Amino acid sequence: MKTRRLDNYGKINRDKILSFSWDKKNYKGFEGDTLASALLANNIGIVGRSFKYHRPRGIFSSGVEESGALVTIGSKDRRDPNVRATTQELYNGLEASGQNAFPNVNFDLAGINNYLGRFFAAGFYYKTFMGIPPFEWGRGTAIWMFFEKFIRKAAGMGSASGLPDPDSYEHAHDFCDLIVVGSGPSGVAAAIEAAEKKLDVILVEQDSLVGGDQLAENDFDNSQTKNQLENLGIKIMTRTTAFGLYDNCVVGLLERVTDHISSPNLNIPRQRFWTIRAKHIIVGAGAIERHIAFNNNDIPGVMTVNASKHYLNRYGVLSGKRIVIATNNDSVYETAQQLSEAGANVTVLDSRINFEIKTNKSFEIRKGYVPYNINGSKKIDSLDISKSENINKSETINCDQVLLSGGWSPAVHLLSHRGIRPKWDYSNACFLPSDTKENITLVGSARGLWNKNDCIASGIAGTTDALNRLGISKTNYFFPKPGGWKNPIQPLYEVKYKKSRSKSFVDYQHDVTTDDVRLAHREGFISVEHLKRYTTLGMANDQGKMGNIIGLSLMAELLNKEIPEVGTTVFRPPYTPVSIGALSGRNVGKHFRPLRVTPMHQWNIDHGAKMIEVGLYQRPWYYPKENETLNDSYIREASTVRKTVGICDVTSLGKIAIQGPDSTEFLNRIYSNGFSKLQVGKARYGIMLRDDGIVMDDGTSWRLAENEYFMTTSTSEAAKVMSWLEELLQTRWTDLNVNVTSVSEQWAGVSVAGPKSREVLNNCVDDSLDVSNNNLPFMGVTSTFLKGNIPCRIARISFSGELAFEVYVKSDFANTMMDLLWENAKKYDGCLYGLEALGTLRVEKGHVTAAELDGRVTIDDAGLSKMASTKKSYIGSAMRKRGVLKNNDREILVGFFPTNLKETFNAGTIVCEKNNIKGQGIGRITSVTYSPELGHWIGLGFVKGGLDKWKDTNLVGADPVRNKQMNLKVVSPHMIDPKGERMYA
Amino acid sequence: MIRINCPYCGERDHSEFSYGGDATINYPSLDASEKEWTEAIFFRKNIKGFQFETWHHSNGCRMWLVVERSTVTHEIKSVKPCHPNLQKVVENNK
Ligand SMILES: [Zn+2]
Repeated sequence: MKTRRLDNYGKINRDKILSFSWDKKNYKGFEGDTLASALLANNIGIVGRSFKYHRPRGIFSSGVEESGALVTIGSKDRRDPNVRATTQELYNGLEASGQNAFPNVNFDLAGINNYLGRFFAAGFYYKTFMGIPPFEWGRGTAIWMFFEKFIRKAAGMGSASGLPDPDSYEHAHDFCDLIVVGSGPSGVAAAIEAAEKKLDVILVEQDSLVGGDQLAENDFDNSQTKNQLENLGIKIMTRTTAFGLYDNCVVGLLERVTDHISSPNLNIPRQRFWTIRAKHIIVGAGAIERHIAFNNNDIPGVMTVNASKHYLNRYGVLSGKRIVIATNNDSVYETAQQLSEAGANVTVLDSRINFEIKTNKSFEIRKGYVPYNINGSKKIDSLDISKSENINKSETINCDQVLLSGGWSPAVHLLSHRGIRPKWDYSNACFLPSDTKENITLVGSARGLWNKNDCIASGIAGTTDALNRLGISKTNYFFPKPGGWKNPIQPLYEVKYKKSRSKSFVDYQHDVTTDDVRLAHREGFISVEHLKRYTTLGMANDQGKMGNIIGLSLMAELLNKEIPEVGTTVFRPPYTPVSIGALSGRNVGKHFRPLRVTPMHQWNIDHGAKMIEVGLYQRPWYYPKENETLNDSYIREASTVRKTVGICDVTSLGKIAIQGPDSTEFLNRIYSNGFSKLQVGKARYGIMLRDDGIVMDDGTSWRLAENEYFMTTSTSEAAKVMSWLEELLQTRWTDLNVNVTSVSEQWAGVSVAGPKSREVLNNCVDDSLDVSNNNLPFMGVTSTFLKGNIPCRIARISFSGELAFEVYVKSDFANTMMDLLWENAKKYDGCLYGLEALGTLRVEKGHVTAAELDGRVTIDDAGLSKMASTKKSYIGSAMRKRGVLKNNDREILVGFFPTNLKETFNAGTIVCEKNNIKGQGIGRITSVTYSPELGHWIGLGFVKGGLDKWKDTNLVGADPVRNKQMNLKVVSPHMIDPKGERMYA
Repeated sequence: MIRINCPYCGERDHSEFSYGGDATINYPSLDASEKEWTEAIFFRKNIKGFQFETWHHSNGCRMWLVVERSTVTHEIKSVKPCHPNLQKVVENNK
């Protein structure tokens, strides 16, 4: 196969030959190539198949707007689908393949869809699966969900590898005075001007080289520009895309760090996701050349005019030999001349009739002509042309390439991210950026300037605008007027095909044709946002960069309106796709979220603990001996606590120091039960309600001194309670003199529970009298010392229903405390117990936790009415009996036994009446455990009407998810020792 | 990204803060009626434009702030501590 590479053209490094593979065949390219330029140089015309019709697709562009050459790069776990070949830099060993085709893009079996086009018209999927006749039988979403996976496969693009991503990604942050997006003439001028005015400047360029569109000029020296920028201290970020603008001048960048390297250092992230906080943003993102809709305008060999200029001057590739250029504007003539000088036979069709243009006459200009139809299927054989004033085939030109320029669309996407709608400019037939009060300025062709000097002037004006807005200068400036061509553009969006069944593509990637737009209009989808969703125009990953305006113009014509009246859809971030890997950065695997461990974490593990995640915390779950299973272990642990003594790490409980003269008043307002008479040296269990009367959390508060309390909260609500207390003190009760401090990390806590717990503590404290029943009665608190002069706080609090103590020491003493307690507990055949046994003990006692207090439960529902004081007002007291909360069929806390005591059940089981097993039933089971004390499974949960209503009734526990059902009976939630004789012992 | 100028910490990303709610609510006394509390808790204006709202600098100085923010543009006009005493301290330090 003959190469299309020209010897005297291009800036590629011909000393560095790179080999790559395309669809498993090997080819050669040069350093500096993109995959697209290397494919073109190797004469590969078909690089993909289209989304719906599976039509062969070639390379349409040389940049991010590409909607044809979407390929898969890499293999196995590094397979990356839907990569634009036009922006993928070539590297040695690059593996690329076509996608959306079987067996390959040259011979695709699904190409038959091309002939079934009328079934795939706009809205096909909606009509078929949302139940419009004749598919009435398939109404609704169920049928859609059934077919969706087949349709997605048939109409998909590339597929992901499905394997874990072996690469790493990084999040990074930076600040600057000015960020300039785009390194074309305007962006560079703006950056230089700003750096000279001493601003701290970041210049972002999505290409590997600075220069923007100048890279398509044969005499442009990008290294000179780069040096100039660097010498001024400007931070240049190449291979970096500004994908989104956000509030307060925050810019999101994606830096492709190693995507162009054949064997990257794995210590370097593949991509970096940058968040830049700037004071001002200048956007010089350029403009994108549009194509023209006419029949078969998607045949491989169709390209934008400017792309062919890039391929010629940057990559040394002549993209065609007999080239027809179709245009409506002046921008193509320089390219036409260069292509003919490079050896191509060039004909320009210009839709305009009366205009003057200076050329060297090396090519033919056909004034008043437009393209009408391309003949050919996998490549261009010839082009039928038409007079622009009377559309119909007038003659046929033999050619192998058709280059299109239907005008230019300024890249206003980034401004659109800020919710700023562009305005239509009739004389330049494009949307221009509107002004904004935010610190964002558009420069260059992004504001509709078509010649280089105007772009440079606008860059300098843009920086002056920035300096003025930042209050650094007060200088007059003006922007050049949009435009800059000698002859006005003549709007040309579509050349209508006279025969039926035309395939005039508006959006190449999603196969949206002009007929689809007309169909959408006929069916009433006339708002642009509806048009977009119904036809999927502009919803592919190029976001309609080339085709949107054509779609709008068609709709305007159909509605007999002007384009500005039709409006434009909103572009949203990202400007170009951002990988999921970059979004997650290092927050993957173990780092998916923060890990919290208690100070005795390692001690627990060293003593055999199996850990479990509770929120962010790692907590001991159970401590298996030898071959014990979870069940064996927790049952043994819970029995040991009831029989002798057990030790459990409870450090994860929230701990808050409450200090100040109004502390007592404060607690009395936030807890539902009375705190005004709590004596120093005593603790009290308390319940907090929300403003709306629902239970927020429960915990204990210990009065350490006249004006000082130590509060514990549940593990799950610790952060919420802390914020809540701060909110109350800072916003509502600003007269209260109270200070709250989170001390959760400062204290390590254990529960020592069981009939022998006092003996164990006796041996561990300096003065054994401290923990005697007299000195430390139930709910008593003492501040004393463990052996070895370790200061500690001990409260006689029981969660298990046994005689029990909570002991707290400063976190640094955690291991010493554990050693001491464990050494003594062993003497009484005690055990270490984890969360599972803790759950067993509390379920047996009917103590509620987060599983029960789920934000829907009132204090009465939880069976804790006696905790609601009638002698005072408190947060939630006015609301706890409002409306539905006082209904008498509310779900009330109860205990559950299986009727057949040999049976088990699960949390989540729905409680139903015997002959009415459906829906949400009459209650639910929230916690279950095997009870070693009772010798069978028990549960806690809720049932409408509570124990009184269902005491002697057989109910059914339905567990449809696990396909289980059993008979239940309702019992008191206090399933053992209801009078609490043990904990008062 | 909204950037909030905390009077104590300086300008920070909104991800450091937690949104509170309407800062103009005068919560009734604890012994007020169910009706008054219902008004205070459940009824909110849906303002288009600037509104006063509370934000908690939860990953910073833990101060509760009154932020005057436009619900249309996210523009922030002012940021003050909720607590009047802290407001005074900030004023005096200006
Ligand atoms: Zn702060």
